[in-house]
Amino acid sequence: MFVSNDVSTTGTMQKRHIVQPRDAQHPIVLSTEELHVFYGKKEAIYEGDLQFARNQITALIGPSGSGKSTYLRSLNRMNDRIATVTGRIMYRGVDINQSDIDVYEMRRRVGMVFQRPNPFAKSIYDNIAFALRLRGTTDQHELDEIVETSLKQAALWNQVKDDLNKSALALSGGQAQRLCIARAIAVKPDILLLDEPASALDPVSTSQLEDTLLELKKQYTIIIVTHNMQQAGRISEYTAFFNQGRVLEYDTTSHIFTNPQVQITSDYVSGNFG
Amino acid sequence: MKTTQQLEKQLKRHSKAAKLEIWGKVVSFSALLLIVAVVVGIIGFVASKGIATFTSNHVNLWDFLTDKKWNPGITDANGKPEVGALPMIVGSFLITILSAIVATPFAIGTAVFMNEISPNKGAKILQPVTELLVGIPSVVYGFIGLSVVVPATRAIFSGSGFGILSGTCVLFVMILPTVTSMSVDALRSVPRYYREASLALGATQWQTIYKVVLRAATPGLMTAVVFGMARAFGEALAVQMVIGNAALMPGSLVDPAATLTSVLTTGIGNTVMGSLQNNALWSLALVLLLMSLVFNLIIRLIGRKGRLQ
Repeated sequence: MFVSNDVSTTGTMQKRHIVQPRDAQHPIVLSTEELHVFYGKKEAIYEGDLQFARNQITALIGPSGSGKSTYLRSLNRMNDRIATVTGRIMYRGVDINQSDIDVYEMRRRVGMVFQRPNPFAKSIYDNIAFALRLRGTTDQHELDEIVETSLKQAALWNQVKDDLNKSALALSGGQAQRLCIARAIAVKPDILLLDEPASALDPVSTSQLEDTLLELKKQYTIIIVTHNMQQAGRISEYTAFFNQGRVLEYDTTSHIFTNPQVQITSDYVSGNFG
Repeated sequence: MKTTQQLEKQLKRHSKAAKLEIWGKVVSFSALLLIVAVVVGIIGFVASKGIATFTSNHVNLWDFLTDKKWNPGITDANGKPEVGALPMIVGSFLITILSAIVATPFAIGTAVFMNEISPNKGAKILQPVTELLVGIPSVVYGFIGLSVVVPATRAIFSGSGFGILSGTCVLFVMILPTVTSMSVDALRSVPRYYREASLALGATQWQTIYKVVLRAATPGLMTAVVFGMARAFGEALAVQMVIGNAALMPGSLVDPAATLTSVLTTGIGNTVMGSLQNNALWSLALVLLLMSLVFNLIIRLIGRKGRLQ
């Protein structure tokens, strides 16, 4: 089921161990080929070649500054005005890193949730309806319906159904982050990118968020950056380990945690480093 | 026992640091007192002089605010002095509101360019330019208005060229940098994650600016505009040079008119302290002072509302 394309160790190159997912039930929907990211002249990602399986959760782990967030932000072109991204980002057969790609249409399919909960200073309802209205949805029934299903999917509906017109800024951190997830899935994306979504949350909210993600993966392909090793272990099928701008190891999560092939990965997941 | 007493003595002795602390507090408190005294003194002085028109010269306050004839040296048929300040009040408000209406779109447009569309060029070129414009003395603006704007208005609309329109043009340029740089601050204070959230949802940059950034910055932008209006309202020299200084109800935008400030600057040197003419000018100054207080209040109210959001 798994084909190894182990990258050998030669000269000063660090040992790498990359096993791309091969699973007939979960075909690849997104992959990067020869992806390099530069901030000015400084190279932040040297080569990030990963493939992501559909309806699975892939965790990107690694120490601070390892480039995992930079990599994630490149996937839906959020780095466009900040950094130079070269290489190919293949989404269902189309390279979305081409200059003539309509990034706004692309981002509808590849949504993103950020580290810090960032609801707009609008009502809960208007937060979720924001992107739909931008796309010209004016039908009130349709909007009501999408707001309700999005909030239900994000497991927030029961807590806020009577307060839809209240300001989203009054929500707690965990609720606000789930509102952001609801806002992202309201446009029915294909892939959901999450950049350390639980790092600003307390343990209870984090665990609720994880349950929500496990529920959401039935409909969406999820790629999540996390600092929390246990979190990666709990929710993801695949894990990529980043260090100093390189993907050093990529495999199923159970392999990464029980039998890491690269010494640094082993040190990192066992807590000896990072 | 003896050591306890010694320790107490040591601890209760005022150290050098403690003395410095008291000294610092005294200095900053007296600075504060001085400023409060100056502000209270100015307000008290202007108020006492300005009220004299109504107390010792027995001018009716309502007449003062609504009469259209300003000629403090002359009494009318009923023996009442002609001190109707309405033309100047109207002139001041008209010129303030018009210049704010013209300046606001340009200022917000420039601010959006500087902060959202091209932050690099904005920081390198436009920022220093706006700061330079803020620092140009008003007499320079007035002089350019006198030698460029007034002849242009004369050529286009005939008449003298002096009037509200020329004043508006000059004030527009004068308040533009103030409103622009305050608008830039307002946009800059919108958190970056608002923009990211909007872009990640597939909004275009323009949709993000229009629907998210400008909405979130509205209290700050309103403060910028009111601040510009306060500056326009209080500006004396440049306006006086181009408005024509005729204390008449402005019939049109190109007729010579007057503002509270322009009448004050032209008239205050030609009157005798304590005379009605002099007191009437102080009353105008009082109106100006009260209006700037009102502008300040508005700015504070908007700021508070913005924080509550």
